[in-house]
Amino acid sequence: MSETAVPQLELGRIGEIVPRVDGIPKVTGEFAYSSDLQAAGMLWGHTLRSPHAHARIAGIDVSGAVGMPGVHAVLTHEDVPGAKRYGLEFQDQPVLAYDRVRYFGEPVALVAAEHPEQARRATERIRVQYEPLEPIVDPERATEQDPLHPDRPTMGHGYRDDPRPNVVRSLVIRHGDPDAEGEVSVSGVYDLGIQDQAFLGPESGLAVPDGEGGVDVYVATQWLHVDRDQVAPCLNLRSEQVRIHLAGVGGAFGGREDLSMQLHGALLALHTNRPVKIVYSREESFVGHIHRHPARIWAEHRATRDGKLVNVRVRILLDGGAYASSSSAVTSNAASFACGPYAVDNALIESTCVYTNNPPCGAMRGFGAVQACFAHEAQMDKLAEALDIDPVELRLLNALAPGSTLPTGQQITGSLPVAEVIRRAAELPLPEPEKLPRDPLRLPGGSGNTTRGEGVKRGVGFAVGFKNIGYSEGFDDYTAARVRLHADGSADVHCAAAEVGQGVANVILQVARTELGSDDVTLAPHTTSTVESAGSASASRMTWMASGAVRDACRAALEERERTGGGEVDVERVYRHPRTTPLDPETGQVTGERVHVAYACAAMRVVAEVDVELGLTRVVWIGTAQDVGKAVNPQAVTGQIEGGTAQGLGLALMEEIQTRDGLITNASFTDYLIPTTLDMPPVVSELIEEAEPDAPYGIKGVGEPPTVVSTAAIVAALRAATGRELTRVPVKPDDIVGL
Amino acid sequence: MRIELHVNGEACEADVWEGESLLFALRERLGFPGSKNACEQGECGSCSVLLDGRLVCSCLVLAAQAEGHEVVTVEGLAEDGRLHRVQEAFVAAGAVQCGFCTPGLVVATADLLEHNSDPTDDEIREALSGNLCRCTGYAKIFDAVRLAGA
Repeated sequence: MSETAVPQLELGRIGEIVPRVDGIPKVTGEFAYSSDLQAAGMLWGHTLRSPHAHARIAGIDVSGAVGMPGVHAVLTHEDVPGAKRYGLEFQDQPVLAYDRVRYFGEPVALVAAEHPEQARRATERIRVQYEPLEPIVDPERATEQDPLHPDRPTMGHGYRDDPRPNVVRSLVIRHGDPDAEGEVSVSGVYDLGIQDQAFLGPESGLAVPDGEGGVDVYVATQWLHVDRDQVAPCLNLRSEQVRIHLAGVGGAFGGREDLSMQLHGALLALHTNRPVKIVYSREESFVGHIHRHPARIWAEHRATRDGKLVNVRVRILLDGGAYASSSSAVTSNAASFACGPYAVDNALIESTCVYTNNPPCGAMRGFGAVQACFAHEAQMDKLAEALDIDPVELRLLNALAPGSTLPTGQQITGSLPVAEVIRRAAELPLPEPEKLPRDPLRLPGGSGNTTRGEGVKRGVGFAVGFKNIGYSEGFDDYTAARVRLHADGSADVHCAAAEVGQGVANVILQVARTELGSDDVTLAPHTTSTVESAGSASASRMTWMASGAVRDACRAALEERERTGGGEVDVERVYRHPRTTPLDPETGQVTGERVHVAYACAAMRVVAEVDVELGLTRVVWIGTAQDVGKAVNPQAVTGQIEGGTAQGLGLALMEEIQTRDGLITNASFTDYLIPTTLDMPPVVSELIEEAEPDAPYGIKGVGEPPTVVSTAAIVAALRAATGRELTRVPVKPDDIVGL
Repeated sequence: MRIELHVNGEACEADVWEGESLLFALRERLGFPGSKNACEQGECGSCSVLLDGRLVCSCLVLAAQAEGHEVVTVEGLAEDGRLHRVQEAFVAAGAVQCGFCTPGLVVATADLLEHNSDPTDDEIREALSGNLCRCTGYAKIFDAVRLAGA
């Protein structure tokens, strides 16, 4: 094999294409992911999970497991020393199930043993007496069934008081005259299945007791400090006794916002006084974490005969599964984005999330806006057809712009170039139809060799979507950074921003190098022990927020050195984005200037081929224009767009967690398919750089808009090819053929 | 049981339990954690290694089956501190995000180029279709393969 020299890695300044700071360790295999960690005397932890979607626990007998070879600890809810429940927003989730289990895969007991197989076998010897209960599996009936959480943990937090059982949150937005009539009306009902984040690095980590009652947890996560704040109360420890350190993260996409092994590993480590490693299998990962909310959306669009939207009426039902996770914010986001990036004077939007015994749902890339976009874009195409207007023209006619008022009453004060992304995406030249005969790999059905081109139809689809950047509704959203300048001119930067693959480590270094005017800058390990919280690597916020914090800390450090005349400088600064305010619980109207900090939009054009006889599809080409504010590292930005688009393609065509009576039936990469090299077409990305006035360097987040828009755009292309309505994703061959 | 094998050209030995995969032995017993444990079902390719020069999923090979055989992992591709051209191309093309699929893709790409120094785009897509990546959408991985093959 031929070899070449190690490339000279130069971490540049803002706006430059710079190779990843962790690139070489990742291609050589040296980068330490959370599942790679080891420690002397380490034990392996394993979790016993519920085989039922809903059951009462009458008793747990661990005696059969305790004496098994190599076993050092068998723990149940009785061994949880502090709070018995935790949660991202509401403490409704048991650390280990105590009176009942509410979903398939809910943690019930823990084992630590010398070998992972010993731990697995020991969990099989734990006898749990379950009394199965009827699972709530139909979200439309959940509000008429017995409450899964009789204490209503999500009520009384400033949300609308909904008296129905099993409501996590319900929200109504009344804007203008919700009864306003148009000259033309179109309506539809849209469904989305459960999507999984399917990050490749399974949940894993290492918990190490400190010998003084505290614990260090090395884990792949999205928000170190909120993990600590959930773990410490359950262990009955002070927060400084729990230190969470970022281990290498094998993808996240929202699926690492909630705790996985953090608490369980810490419990076992403190109990055995030994380091404990937990690594989920793929099956355990599928059942052990939250998913994207499945949704049913009823929509009616009323418009004038020349295409101006008059009134949009939408009802959204989200299935949250058994525990709240981040469902309340997803519910609100789905409502905020229900009308799409269009100006409409009147709207009535109801968004409700219910508790069920289906798989638990929470954050996934796009966070409520994905579901909304699939419905509003199908509606816009339907309206264009009813009015006989070009669908791109219809979107331009109604496009939001700075100064527009959203259904929440918030006026757009920052950047939102909706018309520009529409025009730029629509101008991208389409590839010519490919001639026949051709290699079957380039036909629907691929190497299955199912057609030579007969029955294959081509369609072109278009969609536009938008989403908020950052945390909303009055959340105190901040990021801290600490900068140390050394006497020799070097500097190190501390920031707990989770590098989950998106490239925020490079961003931090690019900002520090730009601000300090020096290349001799090092990024310190991400941890709770040396710096305050960075907030979550979520909501397309981390690049914006980390840039603000690092910028401010660098500038303060330079000022401090100026003041003191040199020597060592060590300063920490906290950056906050402009304050948001909650929605009024009755009207859904913003109570201050803004409910969301800022917005980003994207438009996408898709060419697809469909074998209309067999229902097989091939996405041929994707072109997109995205509003990115400022591309800090253009190569990383297009990487986010391509990867985010692929996840939307997965939801459009193949990805769905399937259940039977609440039990997941496809927890493997054999049965839950994600896009491969054979599924992904080329993606042409146009970056629209219009500075966001409230953000450092004009930055906007870029991770989510491509995922928001691509599912809608791909299904639009399939509709164009087939003439079918295709109201549910993932689209199945049966839907295309019309079975 | 005790096994002896060669990993990246060096003689290694380990005590393994009969049910352990080659992947587990490499990662947990032999000090080669570069091969990744994404599915352990032979579906994702992240544990790809060369076993006597053949590309395999090391999660589907028992450690005991590797007794007496030659294994090359991602850690064995760079030589004398110089990256393999495929590794260099993955960094330069931006083909790495979270990187969990990267070791498997680097090994699979090196194997592809070893047998076909100038693959067409369709040949690249087919050859790498057993390696799942969740971050990149594959575009920059294709760029990297073309760069390494050029």
